[in-house]
Amino acid sequence: MGTGPVVIVGAGHAALEAAAALRAEGHTRPVILVGAETAPPYARPPLSKDYLTGRIRPHELWLRPRSFFAEQHITAMLGDRAVEIDRDASRVRLASGERITYDRLILATGSRPRRLSVPGADLEGVVALRSLADAEELRCALRDAGDLLVVGGGFIGLEVASVARGLGLRVTVVESGPHLMGRSVSRTLSAHLATLHRAEGTRVLLNRELVALRGERGHVRVAELNNGARVAADVVVVGIGVLPNTALAAQADLTTGDGVIVDRWLRTSDRSVYAIGDCARFPSPHTARPVRLESVQNASDQARCVAAALTGHRRPYISVPWFWTEQCGARVQMAGITRDHDRTVVSGSPAEGRFSVFCFRGGRLVGTESVNRSADHMITRRLLANGAAGLAADDVARPGFDIRRWPAQPI
Amino acid sequence: MAKITYQHPDGTETVVEVAAPNTVMRGAKLNNIEGIVAQCGGSAQCGTCHVYIDEGNTLPLPEMHEAEDDVLCGTAAERRPTSRLSCQLPVSEAIDGLIVHLPTTQI
Repeated sequence: MGTGPVVIVGAGHAALEAAAALRAEGHTRPVILVGAETAPPYARPPLSKDYLTGRIRPHELWLRPRSFFAEQHITAMLGDRAVEIDRDASRVRLASGERITYDRLILATGSRPRRLSVPGADLEGVVALRSLADAEELRCALRDAGDLLVVGGGFIGLEVASVARGLGLRVTVVESGPHLMGRSVSRTLSAHLATLHRAEGTRVLLNRELVALRGERGHVRVAELNNGARVAADVVVVGIGVLPNTALAAQADLTTGDGVIVDRWLRTSDRSVYAIGDCARFPSPHTARPVRLESVQNASDQARCVAAALTGHRRPYISVPWFWTEQCGARVQMAGITRDHDRTVVSGSPAEGRFSVFCFRGGRLVGTESVNRSADHMITRRLLANGAAGLAADDVARPGFDIRRWPAQPI
Repeated sequence: MAKITYQHPDGTETVVEVAAPNTVMRGAKLNNIEGIVAQCGGSAQCGTCHVYIDEGNTLPLPEMHEAEDDVLCGTAAERRPTSRLSCQLPVSEAIDGLIVHLPTTQI
């Protein structure tokens, strides 16, 4: 490879980690980071949790101190946006008009919230939580509100519901499917979460769709559901999934399709262009089909994988996916991709709020969902990294099973 | 404010002053100390801010709670009796002079 710069488009977790990892791996050529937001790269997970209560201030979210960029000789072009890639000239054009030449390009363009398409979706008080600015708007809105409506029973919506209950708001969650977090977790975990939220006083409405929002003087007041019910709402949080930001890649004729398509080395259809984080669709040994993962683990590990490749240590991306959420005081952790399981075995006690759901497909462990059982989660991550051979559903089902003692000691 | 020493696996040391109310993990991130990944940002979820407390330590450290103990069951480098998650160690003057050893790997 040449001696030109590595240009990273995006300034989120994946982008920052890629820049940091390049330097940590001894990469000495110019590294340029281009991000639309003016804030330095920050942690997103707290935005739907402690940030909303005011317990965390913005400067505590910064992933690295401001001095980091100068010290590491990384050029951070914040508050500017990449608008066009000219692959023939190996050049990126920014909204400001500036053009930057790259030797290698890393797309870390992230994702954006899916928008509501019902009447009233643009009323004041309707928030989709993605950025620090969104979180700040929501934090202020929750302070003055009495009724919160959460549209979508996924990670973000449920985390916000939990925080808002803690702040004393009346909270309603409307989910169009029959289960909370229905696309990503087992029925056992879904049902447990519904129980926890209801016990905290949140109204959880399943199989219900929002059809319209009605306001007063431009501000949302009432939501109408498909069964005719009306729900009071001073604030509406929209958590109905995200869409990958692929426009830039598509414009440059890179292969896209619900994400920027990459190979197992995270290369796009152009070998000098990589894609990482929320925007990348990649083949994984942990899933039957290529996936896109929206998680800190994926952003961080993919960033390291690309940095290694650019410094001469090319290896395929095989990291074990894992996720976490905090709701109603419960620590919920997921290792592996569990959604395609055909058998589950519960270890521990759901009634006591401490258990894990071990998920199998075709007799093989595909992942574990743990509630207040972090040891199960951590050890599952190690097992999956090593191929997860040997642990059968019947082993987990045996009375007294404890994964910390697996493999079982010979008698 | 506390002086914290981070000893790398090769024996070299980085000594920094860290202000309260940061944690030993955050002290490493703020000072660009390699060897602390802290993927989860400090909520005892990921186990990638694992450190070994120096054997000769006499400074008062908080008791380990159950979640930290659980997470330490699956760290990338071996767990030892001195293992802690550095995100669970708040910085105060009481731990001025703390020495922590960084493991060979966190992921």
